[in-house]
Amino acid sequence: MQSQATYNYGVVRQFAVMTVVWGIVGMLVGVIIAAQLVWPELNFAEWFHFGRLRPLHTNAVIFAFGGCALFATSYYVVQRTCHTTLFAPALASFTFWGWQLVIVLAAITLPLGITSGKEYAELEWPIDILITLVWVSYAVVFFGTVAKRKTSHIYVANWFYGGFILTVALLHVVNSAEVPVSLFKSYSAYAGVQDAMVQWWYGHNAVGFFLTAGFLGMMYYFVPKQAGRPVYSYRLSVVHFWALIFTYMWAGPHHLHYTALPDWTQSLGMAFSLILLAPSWGGMINGVMTLSGAWHKLRDDPILKFLVTSLAFYGMSTFEGPMMSIKTVNALSHYTDWTIGHVHSGALGWVAMVSIGSIYYLLPKLWGRSEMYSTPLITLHFWVSTIGVVLYIASMWVAGVMQGLMWRATNADGTLTYAFVESVKASYPFWQIRLLGGILFLAGMFIMFYNMVRTISGQKAYNAPVLAPAAAH
Amino acid sequence: MDAITIHSLSTLVSFILFIGICWWAFSGHSKHRFEEAAQLPFDDEDGDKDVAASDANKG
Repeated sequence: MQSQATYNYGVVRQFAVMTVVWGIVGMLVGVIIAAQLVWPELNFAEWFHFGRLRPLHTNAVIFAFGGCALFATSYYVVQRTCHTTLFAPALASFTFWGWQLVIVLAAITLPLGITSGKEYAELEWPIDILITLVWVSYAVVFFGTVAKRKTSHIYVANWFYGGFILTVALLHVVNSAEVPVSLFKSYSAYAGVQDAMVQWWYGHNAVGFFLTAGFLGMMYYFVPKQAGRPVYSYRLSVVHFWALIFTYMWAGPHHLHYTALPDWTQSLGMAFSLILLAPSWGGMINGVMTLSGAWHKLRDDPILKFLVTSLAFYGMSTFEGPMMSIKTVNALSHYTDWTIGHVHSGALGWVAMVSIGSIYYLLPKLWGRSEMYSTPLITLHFWVSTIGVVLYIASMWVAGVMQGLMWRATNADGTLTYAFVESVKASYPFWQIRLLGGILFLAGMFIMFYNMVRTISGQKAYNAPVLAPAAAH
Repeated sequence: MDAITIHSLSTLVSFILFIGICWWAFSGHSKHRFEEAAQLPFDDEDGDKDVAASDANKG
């Protein structure tokens, strides 16, 4: 039985295209600041200084690139798996334009030095309020759509998207509690070590829910679809979801090892970070095993290559993370480039690759085609970006361990063996390799952009009809 | 009740709840529901234009 209604793909198309556009912008800023570390002369104006561009880079790649990918895929997946159109499509349209406005405001205020100074939450209070409005609208659209579903089950991907939406709302509201002193300046509502703990409770859960739960929602839909097989173990996915929900919230203190934070809180954070390995690997194994019996598809399907490689990086970085949360390891790794390497193994290897794979899956569907304009170009993108990630993270590992060892080295009489500047000097070759890795990853995004434009141009937007759910199996 | 007791109890309740969820997920009772739910992404493929030589195995 077929009804006349079609899915609301319009907002999905908008977010999907902007994912690629903001990916290029955010990664370009990343390449610029990587170049600034190699050639400090490039810090030529205060609005172009590393200190101001770095938050622009993190905000652009996390919230603009990652955020648009999450909006696009969640709006698509929730409609397709619930067999219904979006609830309140006008509100969905508001989330698109509101979110783009947030991004543009960030791109203006951050280089001007307008910041509340909290990492990954730098935007000032008027923008924070706009984010809250957009996010509440997002929750209304998403949960409204789930509520009017035509299926009896709520597919597991929607659980992950829903968990991500609710938690990010909570994190944003609590951590952005601030006292405005003018239109462009506010101070945190918390003080001292409480402020630090609230900030890293937010910061780590931004990783756990924005950069993990949401993208796991993507994984649980697009990996089975692209592999053509249902998820390896549905019950494991249920346990995976609840285990993440119950443990991630506690891991934040590992960002504050050896600080004024009480020692027991640091140890608690470390213990929960170690426990997190179990659900993370459970999810990774669930995704990878979905391919069992379909491994041959990896040979000539570059979209599947992106998705499976993203899971490999997810497994790697969620092993590395708990290890780095161990206090004695952290004593070596903290404040070094090892942290930067770890973040990018997760951000480029996992988050970006799973998003890229999902968007390649989506684009043809949204314009009524069977596949992208060029599959060889997707393969090229895959190899260019994989080499880019490997260069990036390998150079940062070496640089980070070297910095940690140089900073802690002492002479027989107790004096430091190296001045700080000597570790900076020794880092230069690795920063050059990192720059090369970043350029390669950015080049891959340009390849994607070209492929996207050729896929779309001349095609009419296509909205698939809403089908009644299949009769009970 | 002081704060520490409330915190301890809530930790205990969360732990029991989680064990309960694991037990529920792995009980034979849920097996059929889960098999149905796992098929959800494959239930609506006919609507796609030019469905690629579909090798998706429908449940």
